[in-house]
Amino acid sequence: MRFSVTVFPGSNCDHDCEYVVRNVMGQPVEMVWHKETDLKDPDCVVVPGGFSYGDYLRTGAIARFSPVMRSVADFAAKGGLVIGICNGFQILCEAGLLPGALLRNKTLKFICQSVHVRVEETDTPFTNACSKGQALKIPIAHGEGNYFIDPEGLKKLKDNRQVVVRYCDPKGALTQEANPNGSLDSIAGICNLKRNVFGLMPHPDRSGEDVLGSSDGKFLWNSILSATAVGR
Amino acid sequence: MAWHVSVYVTLKPSVMDPQGATVQRALHGMGYKSVSGVRMGKFTELEFDGGSSEAEVRKQADEICDKLLANPNIESYRFTLEKK
Repeated sequence: MRFSVTVFPGSNCDHDCEYVVRNVMGQPVEMVWHKETDLKDPDCVVVPGGFSYGDYLRTGAIARFSPVMRSVADFAAKGGLVIGICNGFQILCEAGLLPGALLRNKTLKFICQSVHVRVEETDTPFTNACSKGQALKIPIAHGEGNYFIDPEGLKKLKDNRQVVVRYCDPKGALTQEANPNGSLDSIAGICNLKRNVFGLMPHPDRSGEDVLGSSDGKFLWNSILSATAVGR
Repeated sequence: MAWHVSVYVTLKPSVMDPQGATVQRALHGMGYKSVSGVRMGKFTELEFDGGSSEAEVRKQADEICDKLLANPNIESYRFTLEKK
């Protein structure tokens, strides 16, 4: 299956994404500069992490107006798979492709560490290779990962089972200590109503091989591969 | 002649502001014990050329705030107009 990775000025995980898709998962990948509008016919678009536009104004706020994002929105509207990682999640929220917003971490500190997230939903193209309740070890590296949505929005997320992963301890328990950034309801990643757009703060691109400390990110990449194998 | 627009963007009251809370703690540490409700926000200045009508400037400033300067999920905004 074919992946395309969007590249904004200030993206810094674009090559991590390219590497995990090409070298670890063995799939073809194209890089798409933010000024371009041709996504190069992908099955899945990856919006990578980093500091697009220096995080000026708000994280992801300016990147959402890049020409490539119009194409990503059209692609998503047609049912194409889109995964946003870290800054990519922030961009998808700013673009309105996902609900809510990512605020400054509760501690005000940039946090770079290994965390666990619990898979809450497995009927998404991004988690179908996981088991429900499985705790994945995946690193985070962000200053603005504190997920927020108003009470009405949170209810909708829950009613529609759009909370895909939550911060948890290594055994899968949701505790305050395991929620590194103060996210509402320990939310680490959500999908849209149609379940074809997924955003998360943790980095499956940096956890594809044991030498990196964890290969649990592969559960997500394998999910995408099996989802599109059915789709095409 | 130009329109000078001052835009104030603040977090909605329902949104936690850890930065404001930290500044407030610092102020209390400095002895300003009676200070409360510290909230951090953003201030932006815009200039429009004087050929536009006030109504047009207000309309455009509204759009600019809605689309870019503020995130309606978490922030509210207000602005003032001044003819220079």
